[in-house]
Amino acid sequence: MFRNQYDSDVTVWSPQGRLHQVEYAMEAVKLGSATVALKSKQFAVLIALKRAVSELSAYQKKIIPIDEHISISISGLTADARMLSRFMRTECLNYRYAHDAPMPVGRLIGMVGNKMQICTQRYDKRPLGVGLLVAGYDDQGPHIYQTCPSANFFDCRAMAIGARSQSARTYLEKHLNTFMDCDLNDLVAHGLRALRDTLPNEVDLNTKVILKIILLTSLGGWNADLL
Amino acid sequence: MSFMGDLMNPAPLWHNGPSPGAFYSFPGNATSLRPTGHTVQDFRAHSATPITTTTTVIGLRFDKGCVLAADTLGSYGSLARFRDCNRLQKVNDLTLLGAGGDYADYQYLRDIIEQKIIDEQCIGDGLQLKPKSLHCWLTRVLYNKRSKMDPLWNNYVVAGVQDGEPFLGSVDKLGTAYEDATIATGLGAYMATPLLRDATEKGPLDEESAKALVRKCMEVLFYRDARSFPRYQLGVVTSAGVTVEEPVELKHDWSLAHMIHMK
Amino acid sequence: MLSLNENFPEYAVPGAKQVRFEPYADNGGSVVAIAGDDYAVIGADTRLSTGFSIYTREQKKLFKLSDLTVLGATGCWCDTLTLTRLLQARMRMYEHEHNKAMSTPAVAQMLSTMLYYKRFFPYYISNVLAGLDAEGKGCVYSYDPIGHCERSNYRAGGSAGAQLQPLLDNQIGLKNMQNVQEAPLPREKALALLKDVFISAAERDIYTGDCIYILIITASGIQEEKFQLRKD
Repeated sequence: MFRNQYDSDVTVWSPQGRLHQVEYAMEAVKLGSATVALKSKQFAVLIALKRAVSELSAYQKKIIPIDEHISISISGLTADARMLSRFMRTECLNYRYAHDAPMPVGRLIGMVGNKMQICTQRYDKRPLGVGLLVAGYDDQGPHIYQTCPSANFFDCRAMAIGARSQSARTYLEKHLNTFMDCDLNDLVAHGLRALRDTLPNEVDLNTKVILKIILLTSLGGWNADLL
Repeated sequence: MSFMGDLMNPAPLWHNGPSPGAFYSFPGNATSLRPTGHTVQDFRAHSATPITTTTTVIGLRFDKGCVLAADTLGSYGSLARFRDCNRLQKVNDLTLLGAGGDYADYQYLRDIIEQKIIDEQCIGDGLQLKPKSLHCWLTRVLYNKRSKMDPLWNNYVVAGVQDGEPFLGSVDKLGTAYEDATIATGLGAYMATPLLRDATEKGPLDEESAKALVRKCMEVLFYRDARSFPRYQLGVVTSAGVTVEEPVELKHDWSLAHMIHMK
Repeated sequence: MLSLNENFPEYAVPGAKQVRFEPYADNGGSVVAIAGDDYAVIGADTRLSTGFSIYTREQKKLFKLSDLTVLGATGCWCDTLTLTRLLQARMRMYEHEHNKAMSTPAVAQMLSTMLYYKRFFPYYISNVLAGLDAEGKGCVYSYDPIGHCERSNYRAGGSAGAQLQPLLDNQIGLKNMQNVQEAPLPREKALALLKDVFISAAERDIYTGDCIYILIITASGIQEEKFQLRKD
């Protein structure tokens, strides 16, 4: 990434119609370790690598439960993700308090998008340097959403973000048509294979680089014990 | 609470006399003439009483949905002032709302609910406000208003179908909320509830018998409730959707009235 | 300002009288909780009423706050609804912050704080909290409306609380009895006693009746039971 004269502020356009500061923030997502999300007709699954920063430290928390029916996995600046997850938790709680029902996933994503947009349009703020994969379950079934620092969000069938995630996306694209009718074990297996593709060849998925898996099902609640 | 209030403020010993343990206040003496006999509450009183009021709302759950009924009279005290106050509202395809009590407060909240539904349609995700959610939301609104000592003086009855099951719930001006198979507010709680409960305890009703029962209750209430009216509306909600009838006139016959002698 | 009613009470017309808005209602209901060595039972009647009319005969007044904690709340129903919703939200926030479920003593303390927070516009509720503590022993916490909290082994609260408590004092607390030995209370006896006290409460108290909804909390989960009372 080379520097240029149009990236001094988020509010500065380049003559090509680009916001360089926002694009730099998009790069921050690629620095985090990889995480994969995919869904079938019944399930939404989040899988993330538990990668320790060093031998001395514990691994970074990659998956954050938001409510009984929503969970997110993150890549990028963890601190920014904590702020966002706190916001999402509060919104879910408020919705439950007022309406006695779980927050529809799409509406929560809309609110997150609006919140993230504000800091891409003001000179005294910076875009959030985190990408999220949001898995949720509501009346319309399972959902996977991806959010970006540019405040864009996408409704996905499967997605991978983070370091070397292109190879995971390649895997997901190749098998995309089989996901919808998968049973739970096959769905998780696909997710694990996609995530393995993000690792260097000599490393394999094992208990050391183990991953955290979260499932969201119509049975209600996120649950890692179902496996 | 009223039964505690009696202990704290016992009734006067004679008409306009002192209460037990209190001093007798002679008319026109210095203390009773001072201008500061008012509390702050007197000056900035919120809507402490309803003005234009409506009476009973009846709700009845049957096997596949709910019926609501309410007459169209807006009373000004005992004056039958407004004769076309519709107070059954179709909220969306799942929910029907009925209201009794102060009509202005109802109109205020109705506009807010309508806006809430429009906002939701604008999101365009195909999700609709469910009856239980509306019921819960109403308890929060009414409870917050009562906590500010500025209540919305209404009883609301929420009828709907949620996940295939009929739902009937009520919220009063304090935010007291409950669900039941039969709901009648105002004087109907005393006059109509026994009729409704008798019928429902015999087994589940179908739509036609539920409607007939509610019409019967409206008739009984018209004969007995002095704030009621022969024109009323009936609304039905089933999984097929919400229908609110145009107001109908109930037939009444007072030819027996001269034979009733009350002492 | 000259007010007819205040300055010349003799000329005031009886009848027309302005009623001040009353933010509280008494919706009745009773709750009884008994704790044993490895269980707690809590029961509340299901009648929701106001004055001489019954709103509904099937209102559950027990709230499962977690797998180990149940709250029974009677009194002003609108306050109960609000308090329990807040409590559930606060418990979820605790779960998010600490990554574990709240223990019963922790809920008990938080409930006290939440009640006292409304000291000058209280929640008009009599709360009884039952559950298992961190050691797995049954516990019962009872409250007054403004947050006084006390742990005990048995408690009756609500509209018939004052009638039920002496019976529990005698039968479980072994008060005013001679030559009795304290023995752990078996669960079946606690359950039978709970039903008996409610039967007697329903005879005298018009705000208690219809049905008892009972929850039995043990380490293996919460069991539900229903028991019919007078329906008049």
